[in-house]
Amino acid sequence: MTDWSGYLYLILQGALVTVELTLMGSVLALIMAFVAGLGRLSRFFAVRALATAYIEFFRGTSIFVQLFWVYFVLPLAGFELTPLQAGVLGLGLNVGAYGAEVVRGAVQSIGKEQYEACVALNLGRWQGMRHVILPQALLLMLPTFGNNAIELLKATSVVSLISLADMTFQANIVRSQTGNTMLPFATILILYFAMASAISWGVRTLERRMARGLDGVRT
Amino acid sequence: MEWDWDFVWQILPTLIQGVKITILATLLGSVLAAVVGLAIALLRRSPNRLISRPVGFFAEFIRGTPLLVQLYFIFYVLPDIGILLPPLVAGVIGLGLHYGTYAAEVYRAGIDNVPRGQWEAAKACNLSARQTWTHIILPQAIPPMIPALANYFVAMFKETPLLSAITVLELMNQAKLVANSYYRYVEPMTLVGVFFLIISLFSVILLRWLERRYGRIER
Repeated sequence: MTDWSGYLYLILQGALVTVELTLMGSVLALIMAFVAGLGRLSRFFAVRALATAYIEFFRGTSIFVQLFWVYFVLPLAGFELTPLQAGVLGLGLNVGAYGAEVVRGAVQSIGKEQYEACVALNLGRWQGMRHVILPQALLLMLPTFGNNAIELLKATSVVSLISLADMTFQANIVRSQTGNTMLPFATILILYFAMASAISWGVRTLERRMARGLDGVRT
Repeated sequence: MEWDWDFVWQILPTLIQGVKITILATLLGSVLAAVVGLAIALLRRSPNRLISRPVGFFAEFIRGTPLLVQLYFIFYVLPDIGILLPPLVAGVIGLGLHYGTYAAEVYRAGIDNVPRGQWEAAKACNLSARQTWTHIILPQAIPPMIPALANYFVAMFKETPLLSAITVLELMNQAKLVANSYYRYVEPMTLVGVFFLIISLFSVILLRWLERRYGRIER
């Protein structure tokens, strides 16, 4: 048995990169989800078409291909990206497209009477969205967003293939240096599972907090 | 960077070879996932907690960890305990297990959607547990879940590029080999994206048809 603690440190360093990627990717995904999701509900055809094209493109091709494309092809077009930037961009855009459908679904599922109430109260489109529709829709989106965040966490492992030193990458290094396969992979599987559990716990807590006081309102 | 059509025609046959493997892996993985999913869904309903709890945890664990790491685990760790698998087999097992846990949720929802009266009627007709499942519950539960299952199989198709990490010569791997030997990334990577987009668009059409044909039980 070689000095395992040194290798464990290496894996934990990778875990930090994974967490970093997940957080930054989630932020970008959240922004894209709202932009594209609301864009799909826009009055203007051009905005709708653009949002639909974005969503279908990123949902239609795989995250792996997108990451490779961002990392290998964009530099040739003059966009030099570090692996971390490429990773965040690829992950955020991909998961954002899935999130956009969640935003759209949640906004559309809000009852017609809410929109009519907005009109009756003489709220503008943006005001109604901001103060009436979104606060209700957000609660509906939250559980699915949690699942999307876990998908994003799982997708971060793919960045190891564009030479970003995340947890999976480090585990592979440990494997090639020690020849021990069981320990590094079992370690990162457990770490990934712990992170996923943390996300789902966080989302559940947030959901409970946001649903507070709505017991009688929502059926 | 300029687009070279001659190069595209030159590499197309190689990529088509990859597409075949990609589709083969998806089909085999789907069959395995459908079977594994049903097994997990049924075992999780077992009245014996010693069966339902560990199976439930196992499924949660697989869903909370990245497919890529699971593939590494199957491909690199299992040989240590004497199970040597060819890359494609390891890949299909990984895909099948991973998506089996997703399919299990679909089965669970489908089974829960069968009205209670059907169970009671089966009991009243003195059917055994096995007869109840095969003649009453599953025939009613499975058709409504076909669109949802197909959705996951499309998702699985988009994850097949991960198999390139365990040396399966599917589309992505062929593209990488071509790109590395000619040192041109634009065409192979873009073509991979285009292939995925085309097949995904077709599968969306197929999905819509499945939804019309088998229909969801609307809320």
